[in-house]
Amino acid sequence: MREEALKSNTPWICVSCYHCVVRCPQNIHIPDVMYTLKDMAVQAKLVQDSTAPDFSQTFVDMVEEYGRSFEMGLASRHYMKHFPLRLANMMPMGMGMLARKRMNLAPTRIKNMKQLKAILKRAKELEAKQ
Amino acid sequence: MTDNIENTSPSDAQEKIGVYVCHCGTNIAGVVDVVQVANWAAQSLKHRGVVIAREYKFMCSSPGQDLIEKDIKELGLNRVIVAACSPHLHEKTFRTACANAGLNPYLCEMVSIREQVSWVHTDKVAATEKAKAAISGGVERVRHHVPLQPIIVPINPATLIVGGGIAGIQSALEIADAGFHVYLVEREPSIGGHMAQFDKTFPTLDCSACILTPKMNSVGTHPNITLLTWSEVEKVDGYVGNFSVTVRKKARKVDEELCTGCGICQEKCPKKVIDNVFEAGLGYRKAIYTPSPQSVPNRPVIDVPNCTYYEKGTCKACDIFCAPKAIRFDQEDQILTLNVGNIILATGYELFDARRIPNYGYGRLPNVFTSLEIERLTNAAGPTNGNVVMRDGKTTPKTVGIIHCVGSRDKNYNNYCSVICCMQSLKFAHLVHERTGAQVYNFYIDIRAAFKDYDEFYQRVLDEGTMFVRGKVAEVTDVPRNENERGKLIIQVEDTLVGKQRRIPVDMVILSAGLEPRKDSKEVAKTFGISCSVNGWFIEKHPKLDPIATMTEGIFIAGCAQGPKDIPASVAQGAAAAARVLGRIEQKEMALEPVRASVIEEKCSGCRICNGLCPFNAITFHEDRMVTEINPALCQGCGTCVAACPAGAITGTGFSNDQIMAQIEGLLMMNIEPEAVTA
Amino acid sequence: MSDYILYPGCSMEASARAYYDSLKAISKPLGLNLREIEDWNCCGATEYLSVSKTPAYALIARNLALASNQANETHSVVAPCSACYLNLAKADYYMREQPKLGKTVNEALAAGNLHYVPGSLDIRHLLDVIVYDIGLDSVEKKVVQPLTGLRVVPYLGCMVPRPDYDHHWSDHEFPVELDFLLKVLGADVVDYPLKTECCGGHMPQISPSTAFEMLRRLISTADERDGDVMVTICPMCQLNIDGYQGEMNQFFGTNYHMPILFFTQLMGLAFGIEPKELGFGLELVSARNVLDTLGVKAPPETPPAPPRRPRKPEGLPMPTPLTKPQIEALKKEVVK
Repeated sequence: MREEALKSNTPWICVSCYHCVVRCPQNIHIPDVMYTLKDMAVQAKLVQDSTAPDFSQTFVDMVEEYGRSFEMGLASRHYMKHFPLRLANMMPMGMGMLARKRMNLAPTRIKNMKQLKAILKRAKELEAKQ
Repeated sequence: MTDNIENTSPSDAQEKIGVYVCHCGTNIAGVVDVVQVANWAAQSLKHRGVVIAREYKFMCSSPGQDLIEKDIKELGLNRVIVAACSPHLHEKTFRTACANAGLNPYLCEMVSIREQVSWVHTDKVAATEKAKAAISGGVERVRHHVPLQPIIVPINPATLIVGGGIAGIQSALEIADAGFHVYLVEREPSIGGHMAQFDKTFPTLDCSACILTPKMNSVGTHPNITLLTWSEVEKVDGYVGNFSVTVRKKARKVDEELCTGCGICQEKCPKKVIDNVFEAGLGYRKAIYTPSPQSVPNRPVIDVPNCTYYEKGTCKACDIFCAPKAIRFDQEDQILTLNVGNIILATGYELFDARRIPNYGYGRLPNVFTSLEIERLTNAAGPTNGNVVMRDGKTTPKTVGIIHCVGSRDKNYNNYCSVICCMQSLKFAHLVHERTGAQVYNFYIDIRAAFKDYDEFYQRVLDEGTMFVRGKVAEVTDVPRNENERGKLIIQVEDTLVGKQRRIPVDMVILSAGLEPRKDSKEVAKTFGISCSVNGWFIEKHPKLDPIATMTEGIFIAGCAQGPKDIPASVAQGAAAAARVLGRIEQKEMALEPVRASVIEEKCSGCRICNGLCPFNAITFHEDRMVTEINPALCQGCGTCVAACPAGAITGTGFSNDQIMAQIEGLLMMNIEPEAVTA
Repeated sequence: MSDYILYPGCSMEASARAYYDSLKAISKPLGLNLREIEDWNCCGATEYLSVSKTPAYALIARNLALASNQANETHSVVAPCSACYLNLAKADYYMREQPKLGKTVNEALAAGNLHYVPGSLDIRHLLDVIVYDIGLDSVEKKVVQPLTGLRVVPYLGCMVPRPDYDHHWSDHEFPVELDFLLKVLGADVVDYPLKTECCGGHMPQISPSTAFEMLRRLISTADERDGDVMVTICPMCQLNIDGYQGEMNQFFGTNYHMPILFFTQLMGLAFGIEPKELGFGLELVSARNVLDTLGVKAPPETPPAPPRRPRKPEGLPMPTPLTKPQIEALKKEVVK
């Protein structure tokens, strides 16, 4: 059942709205179960539809590079790969956001990127040990 | 393994101690080398007074007990140590065996080498040494035991029953019919409890009032029952056989002798109030009222906070129209003192407050009802005369959803199962369909239909066309996602048997809310000196074998106050409690364990530290002599005050300071090497 | 002056600039002193946790550590963005409840010479601070231009009222804080049962059909209940409902025009601040109707309506809702 469970796309559809955990009569922390399943699926390379994990990974790449999220970079890389046909439909929204300066063309960087990188590196080592 | 028992002084004991080590099958013998222990006791403890030491497979059996009795008679033993299981289990057995052989039973002491040794350790060598140490301690202690006599107390034949629901009513009738006097105290203006609110009862669909009111009337007219309604118990003093109970008989503002129960005052009263108790908030009553037309006693009560006369000084319509002039606006509460021998608590349950679950919409969406509201709705004497209608008071529903397990089996609210809700939901499914022809859906996790004719009732409801969906309802909402859902309440649920999520539009939703203990059950437990579980249910003496007694002698519990149950079980429990009480009354007196604390008055400085500590209210303080006294009949020998006394002025018969110190010395005489102890 | 440490979150700088602008504008009248965390980094949203656990918590904890370095008397960190708020609160809560995780995260932080003592900071959402710390009475005093005649739909989104580890909110599914705040500003608050339903989060990037259906439900219900404008506390919700409304309309062939603003923007309007300073015009679905409504139906001198005689209740009585003290008392009794 392990393969079946990890291949499932259910955890990737979860938006972490936490409705389930406040209602669960057994107090099972379902969102955390979902996060763990996602982590395990990525580690075991059993993900079927790569849209969601790719999005997460791209987001993570941006954060690890700049320390802040970079929507323009995220959107362009993600849509190019997964929704190229949508780009046309999204033009009005995209232009609207750019025109109102709600999206930056260039990423913002934090000052102490070195510190953040060190912390994340150590965290990954500790995670691998578990 | 060397033991450092001093072999110096000769035994200063005239005591002749017999040591009996039990195998308990393999429970003890599997870990402790019992043969070695017995031999050791016979050899090494000889100079401490041990005359004989035996081991046997099952000491609690008849042959085992015979061993003890024989040795007492033949060897003249005057102290007995049984090294076996826990005293909770068999202390009585061995004490009885000693008594049969003519030895005072309190000269027998049990040492637990099962619960405290073999069941908690795996290292056999160390466990054996520990068993030896325990026995050594027991031997030293028992030398300080003195013969004791049980305390005999007389039993007052009158009984107090608190709570006039079906359990209380049953108990009252059983005892009264046997010829003894009963005081039945009920908080509401009438007896009947929750059962009086129901329309029909499962599984027979008997009309609830029809089967209850004859019993209520019997109680109301019984020569042996003093019915005190609109009353509450304030204080309980005394001990088993001799309780002195203070009861506040609240002022009805009506003279019960003069009142004929004609009901004109209720008709003429201009002040209408929502009845949150009997009508479950669904109907109205007047400021002067009886809960229902079948109330026993049929004497009204004035709801003072809501009465115009008390607010403004005007109105008095009830007084004007009352023919026998029974209204007494300035009637005062009466304080009564009742002397009884036994008390039965049958205070019942409260319904879980469904407003706590936001996703079911009770209190927010008009057409969501609770089970008690539906009982009133279906009841022919209820606010809609038995018509099942929606919140507007007019429309008949065409589809109805009944949700099981509301507030029960849920770690967010109450963890337990409320026992009756499944059957109640089936009953509603039947009644609603019968009255309205509506399509009924029941949403369940499990169907709990365990007793006589219950599952057959489930089959019947299935045959009537009720739809059953196995799934815990996620939410009840009025937000439509398509045109079919507009104007309805939508129940969103996963149908786990089909494996799909469903949205089912219904007109009316019924929540089978769970049962909860009374809000003040902890205070009530304290007043009576019994225990309450964390949830609030009263705690029985033994969950399997004694569900009606409590740890406090003389106080019994029955009905839903002990835990959720249906009517037959409440009746059975009420009758069982009555039977126990009748047995006590017949005995006319009772022997209490003499293991008690007592105050050495010369040492008592009057500091009163112990006074507030007694969980059984057994300690009184004598102002004149500035000393504390402990009532031996109330004292349960828990030892709290003994430990708390800074002057060491309190000692216990059966657990005196000398005995305990000796036991410790005995334990320490065995020097157990640290490395041997692992588990 | 109320002193708080501010964790803005990445969206405040770009997509939710209206939130940031309006927050700055209303801080002064409210007496809110906000000190930004020095060199804060992204909280990771829901994305980092989907990739790996310890680094995700370490990422969040860096902000907590930096904040605690900056804390002098105040120990409250306020986060206006719901996802940031949840992440900070979650990291703090888990580091407290699971000492092993706390230790591991602090080990990672040590690589950057940082340390965070779990429980030493009080994580709050902006709405919580305004309603409970500053208080609705103080807010009411600052209202010069009540939002009379404006039908507002309160939409909180999912991440703030749940899971609410430290019990700041009145209810998990139907909290009343935003409703009360909007009422105090003088608006007509619409009874909106979907107020804590999820907007979809990152779903537009994953599965557009699912995302658009979720948005359609929210917008159509707000529209059906005659809402003039939706009001939210979360940048993601605002972006989804505002930014993707066009695509959603295309997908379903509908023609909704439901503007959505941040609650701070409406607060600013009520305080009499210029719309431009509050980020008006930054929304893609124009909120011009809001300004028009307020401009035309100008409030203050309308005579109060005569008191209505209470009607005789029809039908069967309804149970009364639980009050917050009752809810608190009941929560304490829950046995886990």
